[in-house]
Amino acid sequence: MKPAPFVHHSPRTLDEAVAMLGDVGHDGKVLAGGQSLIPVLNMRLAQPAHLVDINRVAGLDTVTVSDDVVRVGATVRHASLEKNTEAYAVLPLLRQALRNVAHPAIRNRGTTVGSIAHADAAGEMPSIAVLTGAVIEVVGPAGRREVAAADFFEGPLMTVLEADELVEAVRFGRFAEGTRTAFLESARRHGDYALAGVGVAVDVEGQGGDAVVRGARAAYVSVTDVPVVVDLTEAVAGQPFSSAWDGVEDLVQAGIAPEADIHASSEYRRALAAELTRRALTTALSEVAS
Amino acid sequence: MSTSSEVTVDVTLRVNGVEHTRTVEPRRLLSDFLRHDLRLTGTHVGCEHGVCGACTVLVDGDPMRSCLMFAVSAQEHEITTTEGLGTQDAMGPVQQAFVECHGLQCGFCTPGFVTTITAFIEENPDPTIDEAREAISGNLCRCTGYQNICKAVLRAAEIKREGTEGAMAAEPGEPV
Repeated sequence: MKPAPFVHHSPRTLDEAVAMLGDVGHDGKVLAGGQSLIPVLNMRLAQPAHLVDINRVAGLDTVTVSDDVVRVGATVRHASLEKNTEAYAVLPLLRQALRNVAHPAIRNRGTTVGSIAHADAAGEMPSIAVLTGAVIEVVGPAGRREVAAADFFEGPLMTVLEADELVEAVRFGRFAEGTRTAFLESARRHGDYALAGVGVAVDVEGQGGDAVVRGARAAYVSVTDVPVVVDLTEAVAGQPFSSAWDGVEDLVQAGIAPEADIHASSEYRRALAAELTRRALTTALSEVAS
Repeated sequence: MSTSSEVTVDVTLRVNGVEHTRTVEPRRLLSDFLRHDLRLTGTHVGCEHGVCGACTVLVDGDPMRSCLMFAVSAQEHEITTTEGLGTQDAMGPVQQAFVECHGLQCGFCTPGFVTTITAFIEENPDPTIDEAREAISGNLCRCTGYQNICKAVLRAAEIKREGTEGAMAAEPGEPV
């Protein structure tokens, strides 16, 4: 339960980090919060010869809110983004989801960008990246490139990142004015890996008692290999806020492919995902009504 | 730029207000640095992959898993362990509350609870029982059934609010 030996690199600037990754990336890993990487190292499921520790790289720990996006740097801790009132005001879905990421002690160290680069199918933030139409800012020896979240994930723990590249920041897209969001998940113990989870973004038309739903999209945790956006518009358009959302079932089931494990069968996860979707739609519409 | 290509590196950590330097491998976990190199064995190591919470310490006041940090990455931060939160003669509010509420049996998980709850009541000085329960959801205890630990959270907050009850804590950061 101790990591294998490695060489520790501690760059102070992004250029240094990129240069180091260029030299050792083929047999190295980027270390940010380490809350997923270090367990893997402790259990010796991975034994990289080099770790490029980006925690001291200047300028990566900032959250910037602009008209269209919330930009989150590579070393911003989950807890810091969760508590960021400016980000919450324009994109509440971030905090709604972050509260479900592991336990507070993990969120104090783990980074949001790191969890996206890690691409665990049970991770909350990869789903939030696709649901918000995020852009992943990638940098490597060949320069910078930007990848849409929808194109970033290739499989469980697999992304389009090359071994010598790192994610500098993620730009989460802000929703159109009036979009309502919620995030719900179910786990055996609060903070554990979710059996299933869902984030929803609901478009609304009209005001007050006459308001109806125009459309909705959902992204899932633990029931798809890679995060995907499931469009629920067909089933929810024109519905009142008090709808029971029975129509979403078929769309949810067509959009997910849960696997069974010791915690839950595939069928159970399917039922859970559909029920969480219905509840999340209701939650999203009730929260903003207040 | 510093690249440690040697087998060992000098690591300087500020723990409970005291600076320590030791020469260790970069793979040395913070939990092992505290226990093996500094002989601060109050921090316990359970699962070593972030699940049990026994090794939780305060990093700049925030609870973090010391088994999921390398000592070399913990430099330039203020580390507080359970030893820094009181002594046998002058227990901190959380330690005092655990004694009063019988919040421990074997005591293995206790250091992680003490650090976690210390930070929690700092942020939330008057928690409800539900908030207390959620605050400790990242720490496992196999003896108590948690009931008395939840009570200890509320009692610790009460002691801290009163600032008395014979629980004059050593200020975090005071040398021990």
